[in-house]
Amino acid sequence: MGMTIAEKIFTSHLVDEPFAGTRVLKLDVVMCHEITTPIAIDDLMARGKDRVFDPGKIKAVIDHVTPSKDSKTATQAKILRDWARRHAIPDFFDIGANGVCHALFPEKGYIRPGYTVIMGDSHTCTHGAFGAFAAGVGTTDLEVGILKGVCAFREPKTIRINLNGTLPKGVYAKDVILHVIGTLTVNGATDRVMEFRGPVIDAMTMESRMTLCNMAIEAGGTSGICMPDGVTVDYLWPFIEKEYASREAALAAFKKWWSDDDAVYDRVVDIDVSALEPAVTFGYKPDQVKVIGEIAGTPVDQVYLGSCTNGRLEDLRVAAAILKGKKIAPSVRAILSPATPKIYRDALNEGLIAVFMEAGFCVTNPTCGACLGMSNGVLAEGEVCASTTNRNFMGRMGKGGMVHLMSPATSAATAIEGKIADPRKYL
Amino acid sequence: MKSFAGPALFLDRSDINTDEIIPAKYLTEITKQDLRPYILEDLKLPGFDPKGEKTSSARVIVSRANFGCGSSREHAPWVFEVNDINVVIAESFARIFRQNMFNCGMAAIELPKEGLDLLFGYAGCEDAAIAVDIEAQKITANGGGKQHVLSFEISPFDKALVLAGGWVDYADSKY
Ligand code: SF4
Repeated sequence: MGMTIAEKIFTSHLVDEPFAGTRVLKLDVVMCHEITTPIAIDDLMARGKDRVFDPGKIKAVIDHVTPSKDSKTATQAKILRDWARRHAIPDFFDIGANGVCHALFPEKGYIRPGYTVIMGDSHTCTHGAFGAFAAGVGTTDLEVGILKGVCAFREPKTIRINLNGTLPKGVYAKDVILHVIGTLTVNGATDRVMEFRGPVIDAMTMESRMTLCNMAIEAGGTSGICMPDGVTVDYLWPFIEKEYASREAALAAFKKWWSDDDAVYDRVVDIDVSALEPAVTFGYKPDQVKVIGEIAGTPVDQVYLGSCTNGRLEDLRVAAAILKGKKIAPSVRAILSPATPKIYRDALNEGLIAVFMEAGFCVTNPTCGACLGMSNGVLAEGEVCASTTNRNFMGRMGKGGMVHLMSPATSAATAIEGKIADPRKYL
Repeated sequence: MKSFAGPALFLDRSDINTDEIIPAKYLTEITKQDLRPYILEDLKLPGFDPKGEKTSSARVIVSRANFGCGSSREHAPWVFEVNDINVVIAESFARIFRQNMFNCGMAAIELPKEGLDLLFGYAGCEDAAIAVDIEAQKITANGGGKQHVLSFEISPFDKALVLAGGWVDYADSKY
């Protein structure tokens, strides 16, 4: 019987099967940020076990609230910073070099096909775009990962999502994943890996694949995952060129992870994207999705462009193309948080930042920012935000606020009109 | 092992997320105890008062499907733990929340809808109390002069975590 990519990764990383259905896996990468890691560090210290299993396999960043906004967040940053220094963790990113974890770590080439990756952050599923098994965990799993380099999972059942057809103009990875979540519902993929396949994926950039995998958790999924192909090789090439004789050799090595043709799936979902339209959420759950025509005209107070879902260069390019030479509506305020310093710099060099600023956007440093309402960009009671982020939960961006999730293109069109708008008329 | 018995708090809604259980603005707290006053502060449920007597006396939570979805924050189990609530009974859980509960030596118990409907039958009783026996895999509900006993499934691994007091001690002794 054939295996899925997730089953192959589980088999190759198995350390123990303490009970039927529970697999303890060896970890290749353990990622840390300053919100969920400090309590793990404190607990390890209290237990007299202030150790790390392998400093080279730990990646750490201060990204959620940076620069620190008060003494509590400064303390969280300090705990992480001191710990990274104490254990000589080489890949630690502080102010000046820091950015949103799920954009920064892939950009550094840390994630490879076949890897096992955990982080104390639910959107760790993003990294499955590289053909890795990447799962968000809580602080205790993170703590054990830091100390022992292992994590326990249930056996990986997989939902295969075949994306057929071609994306119409104005429809992007974000629209596709909102549609998928609307179809599966918020717990339709609980305890499942979501394997994205088909010609739509083959044609997607790594950035778009990350957008897609990023929101697997919003359907309850453990990890999103894509087959590592030529696009993956090209993205990773600067980091792997010493390991492989040629790109073809790298591709051949990556292909061993591909799901077998006779792999067994828990469920197969076929979606033809050719007729999809721009999608926008309307409620407090990410599966409450409407097509643009059903919700266009809803006034918004704030537009937010950024986050691990859609704060990458390709997102900024799409939005800037729509905003070029235009102004945001006087009734809205708009915020752009490029997800990493590299994205920020590239956007500067390409003239995108100038486009945003001329349109009336505030451009912040790379950070999670308004996405989780912990630092900047918080909404007032009753305010509405058009956002490229991944969660529209009540209170997420500030108590009493409402968040509509959408693509960067739709958010740009919305900024121009001051109400939710169809991006296709600007393309 | 922790205690899994006492007055029950009934939260009759699906998809209660971890932002509702403990809002992001409190994630800057460094100790678990500091989270205590903010339990379920942003929960949207008609008639529910996070500061009410029902919340403070609760030792067991009963809810519906997909409990604990959203952010991976373990602050959600912790805010229950520091309020002496060590068990949540629901139709289903989000994976990370469920694992976080067991990793802390707490329990996230799944019951089919019929079993939950039966437990929700106690929601109107002032003296509703529930006891969960992890080893025997039995739930006993009491209130309004009635009593019901239900059995439940739990994976052997999750059970071992509860008995070991959590994943850190378990993993440290084994790996
Ligand atoms: S950008 Fe938002 S969703 Fe992504 S890691 Fe930061 S807070 Fe989480």
